[in-house]
Amino acid sequence: MSNLIEERYDVVVIGGGPAGIAAAIRATELGLKTILLENRDVLGGIPLQCVHPGFGLHYFKEDLTGTQFIHRFFERMEKIGVEYITSAHVHSIEYRDYMEKVVNVITRKGVLRIYSKTIIYTVGARERTLFEIGVVGDRPDGIYTAGEAQTMMDIYGVLPGKDVVIIGSGDVGLIMARRFALEGARVKAVIEIMPYPGGLMRNVVQCLRDFNIPLLLSHAVISIAGKKRVEKVTVVKVDEGFRPIPGTEFEIACDTVVIAAGLRPNIDLLERLSIAIDPATGGPMVNELLETSIPGIFVAGNALVINDLADYVVEQGEKAAEGAKIFIENSGIPAEEWKPVKRGRNIRLAIPHYISGERSVTILARVAKPEQRVFVEVPEVGYKTFHMAVRPAEMIRLDLSKDALSKAEKSVTIEVKPIAYRA
Amino acid sequence: MHTELELTCILCPMSCTLKVSISDAGIDVRGNQCTKGVEYAKQEVTNPVRHVMTVVRVRGGDIPTVSLITSKPVPKNCIERVMEATAYVELEAPIELGQVVIKDVCGTSLVATRRVRKAT
Amino acid sequence: MHRYRVAIVGAGIIGASIARILSMYENIDVSLIEKEPDVGWGVSKANTAIIHPGHEEDPKSYPLRARLCREGNELWREWVRELDIPAKWPGELMVFTSDEEEKAAEKYIEFAKVNKVPGVRVVYREELRALEPTVNPDALGAVYAPTAGMISPMEAVIAIVENAVENGVKLFTETEVFNVRVSANRVIGVDTNRGFIEADIVINAAGLYADKISNVVSVDTWFFIKPRRGEYLLFDEDVDIKPTRILHTVPTLVTKGVYVVTTVHGNLMIGPTAEDLPVDAKEATSTTREGLEYLWREAGKILKVLPPRSRVIRTFAGLRPEPPNGQWLIKAYDNPWGFVNVAGTRSPGLTAAPAIALHVLEQMKRVFDLRLVKKEKWNPFRKDIVKVRNRSIEEIDRLVETNPDYGEILCYCRMVSKAEVIEAIKRMKAIGVKTITVDGIKFRTYAGMGKCQGSFCRWRVALLVSKYTGVPLESVVVKRSSYGVGDVKLLLRGRTAKGQG
Repeated sequence: MSNLIEERYDVVVIGGGPAGIAAAIRATELGLKTILLENRDVLGGIPLQCVHPGFGLHYFKEDLTGTQFIHRFFERMEKIGVEYITSAHVHSIEYRDYMEKVVNVITRKGVLRIYSKTIIYTVGARERTLFEIGVVGDRPDGIYTAGEAQTMMDIYGVLPGKDVVIIGSGDVGLIMARRFALEGARVKAVIEIMPYPGGLMRNVVQCLRDFNIPLLLSHAVISIAGKKRVEKVTVVKVDEGFRPIPGTEFEIACDTVVIAAGLRPNIDLLERLSIAIDPATGGPMVNELLETSIPGIFVAGNALVINDLADYVVEQGEKAAEGAKIFIENSGIPAEEWKPVKRGRNIRLAIPHYISGERSVTILARVAKPEQRVFVEVPEVGYKTFHMAVRPAEMIRLDLSKDALSKAEKSVTIEVKPIAYRA
Repeated sequence: MHTELELTCILCPMSCTLKVSISDAGIDVRGNQCTKGVEYAKQEVTNPVRHVMTVVRVRGGDIPTVSLITSKPVPKNCIERVMEATAYVELEAPIELGQVVIKDVCGTSLVATRRVRKAT
Repeated sequence: MHRYRVAIVGAGIIGASIARILSMYENIDVSLIEKEPDVGWGVSKANTAIIHPGHEEDPKSYPLRARLCREGNELWREWVRELDIPAKWPGELMVFTSDEEEKAAEKYIEFAKVNKVPGVRVVYREELRALEPTVNPDALGAVYAPTAGMISPMEAVIAIVENAVENGVKLFTETEVFNVRVSANRVIGVDTNRGFIEADIVINAAGLYADKISNVVSVDTWFFIKPRRGEYLLFDEDVDIKPTRILHTVPTLVTKGVYVVTTVHGNLMIGPTAEDLPVDAKEATSTTREGLEYLWREAGKILKVLPPRSRVIRTFAGLRPEPPNGQWLIKAYDNPWGFVNVAGTRSPGLTAAPAIALHVLEQMKRVFDLRLVKKEKWNPFRKDIVKVRNRSIEEIDRLVETNPDYGEILCYCRMVSKAEVIEAIKRMKAIGVKTITVDGIKFRTYAGMGKCQGSFCRWRVALLVSKYTGVPLESVVVKRSSYGVGDVKLLLRGRTAKGQG
């Protein structure tokens, strides 16, 4: 006997950041009965705390701050009348049937059982922690992940610390380095284990070089010391195998450690449904409409793959909504055949994982190693573009038309070939 | 006098590597994938400018801070002065997107980039 | 100023248990004095959480440990029910992988007989695998002791203190005892950083610092405590290697062996190491690469499959108070009259705690000639905070109906609601905790103990602490220091005079 409130929808969007908001807007525009669920008490996700520009260059052809970018979507939501609930947490997802999933949602009004034909999962990513990166030593106060530090500073106006060491040179870490420096804190160093920076070069310039913040490549923090609060970190140089080189240890005095060591798609709820995961992205395997291995469950944004640009995340949200529409109208995504997208030379990851050849597709990929003066190719369809430089931190975007893709027979392969490459 | 240097363009995520050649004849830029890169390189070697972004406290709002950005980029050596101008600013909700919050600092002003509603 | 009958130095598992026992009596008012911001933050916070059966205690060399361990094992079964402490009783397997280890393990069967520990026997290959499928198939066998259990030690200390305070005990946190005052050969109280607390009887349950306190009154001056460090690996709840039984390697002279367990919270945990540190290294709770590598190697001996390294969510270390020759110093003194040592209660200290408390009471009755009158209205029961985690959606719906704050989930990894955090703050205030810390809430609600280790929820918890204590967000204390160093403009204001810019 259940007193739970039950409702029926065509689309449930889980996660109210840019991907989810874009998905909910598009799904609503397409005439689907849609509801957007957000755990926090505000919508907006990460862009709400991104006070720096670099958003919207693709989508709006304007250079906006994260905050301005997400506000555009708030306006659209209000205009169209997208239905949403905040302070709503998804307890579990049940797969009942092809056209029936159940999403159990805990809200302040009680538990809502939502029966929906499709789900769009846009919960974003989680940050790697101190322990995941193998740092030993004390566990004092004064250690924050970069996202947490950003929320403290740029939503709540709290300064996390004064003398900062940042672990990881991905964009999040670089952005926070600049924020700390602007507010008068001393960023003693950014420590990066790889021999090249983890984030966009523009950010290395405007976040580190502009402020004379040292970037220590091929270095790692091996331990932290501090009684009540952080007092110092021990840093070591590493070899090509990322092993500490004995005798190269040195200490940096600091009161704050910010960990920007990478993001991982947050797929806990989906893992319980035994979904197919791509170990390269850490996220679900998807077809060109971003449908996962579970029919009618779509993923977009950082929950699918860690994106560099919020613009891509928004596009993915919209694509997922379009996929949901097609799924509902056709009782499934129609395709003659699903062809795998294969990773060739120097491609570490690529989405989507399957294409039909019947629709145009945007492929997003990342290289494993930086290279200069290369061609990015998809030989089966005759695609070939020149790039001055490719870097792991910068996604490569391939827009392939339906006509081009129809040439593919069994699969498509993305590969990187230097100009002077001889097979 | 002839100087050659390499710059990374920061205008967009392409982060093009620019090869800049400065001589009496002028500034020559190569490696850009759009025309903006040429202007950027020229500016960067003569008078580098940057946008400055920060937050200031807001009383009585649904969020306790509002994010700000300079309307126009300011010379790099002015960044500190812009930041110091925000040191004692405290505002009252509501704040509209685009509202001018601090005027006349380093030849520009700081505008709100987030809407802050009055707290209910 | 108030004069207490008893002052207990240290609110760890031992001090708390003694306080609870004493709170049963009419004429004994107790002050429980703790130097940290909250209870249980010393040895009780970081240990293997095992309730030992008692078959590993040599009855000839350690008769007191052996007896109190077995009695404690039985008493805990009552205490966890009365006090609503998470516990389980899966039994343990001391796994041996070689003939030498098997020989060494045989003596525990003998100890079990003398110590009257029930059900201890050797199991060999097939039976071992049936009892525990995750065990290494190369293991030759194990000593099986069915009465072993696991609890949540932090929650145990919190529960015991809540119950003790409800029954009249007064808790002082952030109060550090540095001297025991003696006058005319009688104890008259303790000097602390917050002033003098008058008491007729002082019980030293100061854990790692019990030697310092004992030496102040110059009794048994041969006594010292060496910290023995133990490091641990903790894995995320979704790792699919979860032994049902408690597994451990054969003990050595120094240690009870390395344990591989599934904690009461459902996490795989491997540890501890056993490293003797110098006497004054009483705060050395840092982890080391060598220590953690040692744990991977030892676990590899007894587990069939090791989890991937990427699934470690936390590494930590705790210190155990090792006394000379492993002998507990539990003694009530008549010179100075009123001083009691409960010191060096290394393993099986956690297991024996309830029995140690009763034993201390006996010593006190005998030496101090106490006339004890049982309270008519002593409440043995205490209920834990009602949690949404692990409940059905129907139960959660009903909870939300009673309190909408149950419908707001702050910590995704462990599904902790706003109501639980608010209740934890209330309870901390109720027992007399002076500074509400984010860590104190973590131990009461599990918020921050999951995969993300607080990166999603710590600021949310801190905001609630700020709201319910009136402290600005930046000044909320996480463990021992504040969340932020100040307002975001702190440093810029330091650079400019007001009025400029």
